[in-house]
Amino acid sequence: MCGIAGIIHRDGSADVGTEMTQMLQAMKHRGPDSSGYALFGEPSDLVVIRFKLADANDPRDFDFKERLDRNRQEVESRLHKIGASVDRVESETEYAYRATVRYDGDMKALADYLEDVPGCEVLSLGHSLEIVKDLGDAQEVSDLYRLGGFTGTHAIGHVRMATESDVDISGAHPYWAYPFSDVAVVHNGQLTNYFQWKRRLESNGERFQSECDSEIIAVYLAEKMSEGDSLEDAMHKSLEDLDGVFTYMAVTKDALGVAKDEMAAKPLVLYESDGLVAMASEEIAIRAVLNREIDTSDPYEGQVLVWTR
Amino acid sequence: MDTMSGSRRTTYDARGLAEPHAEVPKVSDIDGATAGFDAMDLTTRQINLELRWLIYEQGIRDVTVRNPGAKHSIGVGILQRCRIRFEGSLGYFGLGLNDGPEIAVTGRVGWSSCENMMSGVVVIEKNAGSLTGAAMRGGDLIVKGSVGARTGIDQKGGTIIVGGDAGTMTAFMMQRGRQIILGDVGPGLGDSMYEGSLYVAGKVKSLGIDCVEGDWTDADTEMIDRKFRIYGLGDPPTFQKFVCGKMLYNYDNLEPSEKKYVI
Repeated sequence: MCGIAGIIHRDGSADVGTEMTQMLQAMKHRGPDSSGYALFGEPSDLVVIRFKLADANDPRDFDFKERLDRNRQEVESRLHKIGASVDRVESETEYAYRATVRYDGDMKALADYLEDVPGCEVLSLGHSLEIVKDLGDAQEVSDLYRLGGFTGTHAIGHVRMATESDVDISGAHPYWAYPFSDVAVVHNGQLTNYFQWKRRLESNGERFQSECDSEIIAVYLAEKMSEGDSLEDAMHKSLEDLDGVFTYMAVTKDALGVAKDEMAAKPLVLYESDGLVAMASEEIAIRAVLNREIDTSDPYEGQVLVWTR
Repeated sequence: MDTMSGSRRTTYDARGLAEPHAEVPKVSDIDGATAGFDAMDLTTRQINLELRWLIYEQGIRDVTVRNPGAKHSIGVGILQRCRIRFEGSLGYFGLGLNDGPEIAVTGRVGWSSCENMMSGVVVIEKNAGSLTGAAMRGGDLIVKGSVGARTGIDQKGGTIIVGGDAGTMTAFMMQRGRQIILGDVGPGLGDSMYEGSLYVAGKVKSLGIDCVEGDWTDADTEMIDRKFRIYGLGDPPTFQKFVCGKMLYNYDNLEPSEKKYVI
């Protein structure tokens, strides 16, 4: 089933970490397997890298800790070798890390070089995007990664009921649009021409981190945008190219967009005011941050809507 | 943090949603035959238990529910003539399986509202989600705002009136009844419908399979004038009527009661 939520403040920053946790927690019944966030903080000169060196489900064998330490040192040394000056590398959890670096080279080269380290997966890369995802409900993930108080302008989130792939962090949303900086996607639905598009995109040189159908959307949009399309144009094209049922949200460093398939098979409730736009699979998620009577509407089939901050 | 794989992961209690041991909260202010209560801090099950207690056990025939807060599955399965007023919005699957009540909602309703409604009246002041009035069998359902996709899918009777627009596949597989839509309608209107009438005042994006324009009769004018008068909707605009083309009818297994009309 899955639940998705998005919020964008058009009049300055707010505590989007807490807001997104409240929205996702209100929809826990739609997906208790894993929860994920794509949060946009204040844009900075530094590149923020969120990466993990193991999955939550990996067996804790005898040299698990030593291996993590070794691989973490390898990541730091590779950052140095590729010409990124490391500001800091923090351990967020036992296996997830947040690094800030000064780097103005090719993002794909950086991501590929880091992912070559055993067990390493780059969850997000960009000047303001930070993707956090783990197993458990939103409150657990927020507590674990200390997301309360995360200040930013917009965010999307996802609670997952696994249907198409395993319950693990790789199968959790949001998906970063590798190797495109500051783009992420959450999706509710199923894509039926997944393998066609996966083969097509892989032959173009794109690569996938997971076996999850939703990752196609992120990579598809990234490819279209790297060819010069705007987010809105790329999303309109995706309605033609992707088969299946979906409501998905895509975020870039200054925009949040939502698209709904031609059958309008997956729900979305939208609240719009001058300063704030919030949307979610269920209205109770919006009311978790706006606890008053609000007027909401449901976007129609084949609609693409984009808001900028 | 617990490093054992999986041990902090299973905190989800699906039974928590069903609340099998919930009790009637009995928080209403009862004044003669009317009552009201605030649903802000109540769960879905507590709200429904309170409504049942008031209507079935206390004999109340006029209930006001304040702050329903877009919760799901509220006001369902009420088989008694009464009035219920919701001050606020409902979530998904609200007002389903009702037989008799007159219900007013001052806010909006989510997906699948008024599913399988048997009789009575529901008036919604704002928007409704998709699948509104699915498999509805009787009564009047008035949505003053817009509705989502597949309104009145499998509708088997009654009247749905929509003040705004409607989405894709409106009246899909409709079997009987009427829909009066004042705004525009999305693609696939009346796809695979068997019977019933659709009246649209706005633009129709496209007709579905075997849905054709119908002949307007005086009975149509009378029915629309009457419904607009009853629900205070002003002067009716000009409508186009759509019915089933019956080109998909290729079977001969009518119900015995239907056969007498054919023969």
